[in-house]
Amino acid sequence: MKATKHAFMDSPSIDQVGVEERISRLTKRSIKKESKLTALKMALSMVDLTTLDAKDTPGKVRQLCIKAMHPHDAVPGIPQVAAVCVYPTMVRVAKETLKGSKIQVAAVSTAFPSGMSTRKVKIEETRYAVNEGADEIDMVISRGHFLQGEYNYVFDEIAAVKEACGAAHLKVILETGELSTLDNVRLASDIAMQAGADFIKTSTGKIQPAATLPVTLVMLEAIRDFYYETGKKIGMKPAGGIATAKLAIQYLVVLRETLGEDWLNPKMFRFGASTLANDLLMQIVKEHSGVYQSIDYFSKD
Amino acid sequence: MKKKSKKEDVKLKFNSSWEYAPAPESKDHVKINSSYDLFINGKFTAPDSGKYFDTINPATETKIAKVADANEKDVDKAVKAARNAYDNVWSKMPAKERGKYIYRIARVMQERARELAVIESMDGGKAIRESRDIDIPLAAAHFFYYAGWADKIDYAVPGSKSRSLGVAGQIIPWNFPLLMAAWKIAPALAAGNTVVLKPAETTPLTALKLAEIIQEADLPPGVVNIITGAGATGAALVNHPGIDKIAFTGSTDVGKIIQKSIAGTGKKYTLELGGKAANIIFEDAAIDQAVEGIVNGIFFNQGHVCCAGSRLFVQESVMDTVVRKLKDRMETLIVGDPLDKNTDIGAINSKEQLGKIKQYLKIGVNEGGEMYQSSCALPSKGFWCRPTLFTNVSQSSRIVTEEIFGPVLGIQSFRTVEEAIEKANNIPYGLSGGVWTDKGSKIFKVTSQLRAGVIWANTYNKFDPTSPFGGYKESGVGREGGLHGLMPYLELV
Repeated sequence: MKATKHAFMDSPSIDQVGVEERISRLTKRSIKKESKLTALKMALSMVDLTTLDAKDTPGKVRQLCIKAMHPHDAVPGIPQVAAVCVYPTMVRVAKETLKGSKIQVAAVSTAFPSGMSTRKVKIEETRYAVNEGADEIDMVISRGHFLQGEYNYVFDEIAAVKEACGAAHLKVILETGELSTLDNVRLASDIAMQAGADFIKTSTGKIQPAATLPVTLVMLEAIRDFYYETGKKIGMKPAGGIATAKLAIQYLVVLRETLGEDWLNPKMFRFGASTLANDLLMQIVKEHSGVYQSIDYFSKD
Repeated sequence: MKKKSKKEDVKLKFNSSWEYAPAPESKDHVKINSSYDLFINGKFTAPDSGKYFDTINPATETKIAKVADANEKDVDKAVKAARNAYDNVWSKMPAKERGKYIYRIARVMQERARELAVIESMDGGKAIRESRDIDIPLAAAHFFYYAGWADKIDYAVPGSKSRSLGVAGQIIPWNFPLLMAAWKIAPALAAGNTVVLKPAETTPLTALKLAEIIQEADLPPGVVNIITGAGATGAALVNHPGIDKIAFTGSTDVGKIIQKSIAGTGKKYTLELGGKAANIIFEDAAIDQAVEGIVNGIFFNQGHVCCAGSRLFVQESVMDTVVRKLKDRMETLIVGDPLDKNTDIGAINSKEQLGKIKQYLKIGVNEGGEMYQSSCALPSKGFWCRPTLFTNVSQSSRIVTEEIFGPVLGIQSFRTVEEAIEKANNIPYGLSGGVWTDKGSKIFKVTSQLRAGVIWANTYNKFDPTSPFGGYKESGVGREGGLHGLMPYLELV
């Protein structure tokens, strides 16, 4: 029997017009001077530096890990990023390169990015990544089953992967660009959190649209309601499409005014991004020196 | 249903270590004279009274400028100038030409929008976010909209001819100074009337800036006259025999006085008066967006809004959730310097108004209401009130039935649709209302039974020049805005 939406949860409806209006008000916050520098450094410390290409090699991953540890040593006081995010087969090399640092290794799993495989394969893959040393697992939900209304299937799958994670943190990717409505985003968020997600994440980065501010707000509000219901703090990771420091600061404003102080740290909030780090670095250096430097001063790894 | 956690420590913290640095809008481009005379017959003219009064910045309590205090003779001079301009210039001018002048005013307003926004915030205390994004653009939009009507009046009432009335006396309040001036002047001019306008004594500066814009637009002298003063000036204008129509926005008490004093004179009138709007949240509403709508409904412009959603009705099944979310949201509202771009709630308009609000807070507590205020810091100088809500109140509480005109919300619960409608209508006012539900049919059922002029569904405090605005019952007579807003300035022949 199919579980209908109301069979096991009471997700509130979401008004898209209202969400967009709230975002447009939040993005008008003017973040200047020392509050800007604080935000830039905070954002950098929250980056999951990501490489998810079919052509990834140990060499490429190693270089990315060095960048994660030494984003821009020419200027003092620049934080390291939160994690490096790779495919399961690259976990070991990332883990070795990052040895001694506090940077986490995240592995995408469960037939990323489509999720079109059997539960057995997904669990197997997750176990493999954890055994290789992954600290965090980024799984995808089965969007087809979700859109069919098979919410129990989606719930059970997340719960099973969570079990396979063991001590590793589980981030659940909703792939909001395929869910079509904010009502669905909210429902998927609620299912993921109740099934055991430590983090909920917008996107794989392989589908457009990826992360957006309205989608992120809806997910943060779901986290807020879950917190008040259960006392559990779930993390949030917007991923894909966040390429500029200005946009990253807008995400932090939305975060600050929705969930407050306890979420303004890399334990509770991450940016999944490949190019964001360099724009953040460029802006941080500009706040120090007063002038923009050429992009050639920032490493591309 | 899941079990609700009763843990006390489950609470979001919004006093973040990451504070927003001050982001003040620059005042450098703003020119304010130290003294303003009366704008009569196209020129700034010293008042016959010889008297001036100060207008202050309510956020700092410092004087911005002194402004002429018009007496009866000054009013007479202004009305005569308007009459002369009506008889000899404006009523004879081709409608298309009148339209061009109104367009020109709109364009100059847009060009000087930043300056106007800053002055509006300095003189009235409202947050620059609102004066910049709402007041000034909307004021210009009203001129643009009615400019379009000027040469189409013959089509406004199909099948009948109409003509202008003559001289309109217009008295506006301090909560939306320039916007209210636009609401009054634009339709009057488009319909072919001339105008004597009196802005409120605490917020005269943008109206006087509008006088400069009118000069810049080269409007023929006397078509618009702007005279400043307090209640006595307004009374002289209302009672002047040369006035054909009174348009007033303000309190219900003053509205009643005006209605009495012009009874039997044949003067036409529109009155846009007080309100105590019901904002109704049903359990099936999109709750987070409804909470935002509650905030926009009551805390917009410090609650100095006649259509503010000051009576909140929440269905009992979601009452606790809504109140909790509302309190969290209130913690993120930034109260302070109106010129700071991050300010959500600016200064209370005047010491007098702050006194009135404080009085009501006392009444609310004495009546047994449970008062909650956000924990934000307030500046040491100026007039401020934290966003406030009251629970444990009922239809018999004074804070629930009387217009406070401040950031104070009274929250009541209801059980059924019928109960919500009955309570919403159980008030002498009927200006506006709000309904929040995910169900379209419920929107139609409820809105068709609410006795109020403007009702928003799943949003609040939205304005547009094409949409009529006005009240039922003691909230007023007549409509402003849209095609309806032309009618009070026309006579069918």
